[in-house]
Amino acid sequence: MKKIAIASGKGGTGKTTVAVMLSRLLSKKFKVRLLDCDVENPDCHIFFSDAPTEKEEVCVFYPEVDTEKCNCCGRCQQVCEFNCLFVMKDRLMFFGELCHSCRGCKLVCPQGAISEGSRPVGKLFNSKVEKNLHLDYALMNVGEARATPLIEKLKKNLKSGADYAIFDSPPGASCPMAETVAGCNYAVLVAEPTPFGIYDLKIAAKVVKKLGVPCGIVINRSGGEDKIIDNFARQKKINILFRIPYSRKFSCYYSKGVIKENFFPGLADKIIKEMLRI
Amino acid sequence: MKIAVSSQGGSLNAQVAKNFGRCPYFLIVDSETMKFEPVYNPASSMTGGAGPAAARVINEKGSKIVLTGQVGPNAMSALAGYGIEAVTVSSDTVREAVEGYLKNKKTED
Ligand code: SF4
Ligand code: SF4
Repeated sequence: MKKIAIASGKGGTGKTTVAVMLSRLLSKKFKVRLLDCDVENPDCHIFFSDAPTEKEEVCVFYPEVDTEKCNCCGRCQQVCEFNCLFVMKDRLMFFGELCHSCRGCKLVCPQGAISEGSRPVGKLFNSKVEKNLHLDYALMNVGEARATPLIEKLKKNLKSGADYAIFDSPPGASCPMAETVAGCNYAVLVAEPTPFGIYDLKIAAKVVKKLGVPCGIVINRSGGEDKIIDNFARQKKINILFRIPYSRKFSCYYSKGVIKENFFPGLADKIIKEMLRI
Repeated sequence: MKIAVSSQGGSLNAQVAKNFGRCPYFLIVDSETMKFEPVYNPASSMTGGAGPAAARVINEKGSKIVLTGQVGPNAMSALAGYGIEAVTVSSDTVREAVEGYLKNKKTED
């Protein structure tokens, strides 16, 4: 199975558009699994009439302190990197919303006072949406701080059996994006030819390089200042895979929840060809 | 009495820091002699949980009172847990804050 991440530094550059188009085009010949990893605001399912309904709750480790067993030795406080645990004179205070579920406190507690609790952080949805195309997405619970546990789970659930897996990455270049791109065979960076676009593209390209994932660039709303992206790409020896022109007609379809995969011919071919070349 | 004050710098003439958890320093001032010890607040650069971590610093210094500006909800609970009282002051400098607090206390007593 080949894994392709569709990422960008900036938000709203067209990741979902490219991910959905690519998935549909590939599904004409191959078995495809589309993973919407933007768990804070998933949107791929909007573009399919048969949106997934099958749900699975995702939980993370949450320490449960047995106050009877705790003797306030302070070991857990020392090991917690996230300032969740505070030893008072006669009790342990726990700030749960800061917990990163690392299990460190449970490992070091000499009294066995910390046991395995769990806390729901979101839900997974998945189902077949079209012939040869399966969509998985997750929705994070309101108020949660970390998206990565849900992305991890989405990727873990990815079973073999598909020829291609397309990961629609969250915007930005921080942990959720890195979690999505890590381990992929290829990353498509979608960028706009604007000063904001190039600024964020540079950061995203750096992260992808650090992760050791080869990448190429798709310029979206091409036609204006493409040269700011061309210059960067040339300098960094990153190939421009495709230029999606600005199209009012395409945007009108999009606003009605329709993505026409054949609207910009050649998109999938170029990406696949480049990916296989590397 | 040891009075902790959230401070922008390391002297009595330094400005009182208006944010408890993320202040750069605490000055631990001896109210009788006005001698003080400046303590760096490691929580000033922490990504999360700065409030309770700052409270821990004051607890370790054995001070039961802190003069400061804004105190967040988590910091409040931690301070309460340690038995430390937080007093909001509007003074400019650390010296003024301590003197003002002592004066108020006197009139109250
Ligand atoms: S699981 Fe990790 S982050 Fe959470 S309280 Fe324990 S040590 Fe801290
Ligand atoms: S390590 Fe265990 S016994 Fe020690 S303070 Fe933490 S919970 Fe209590």
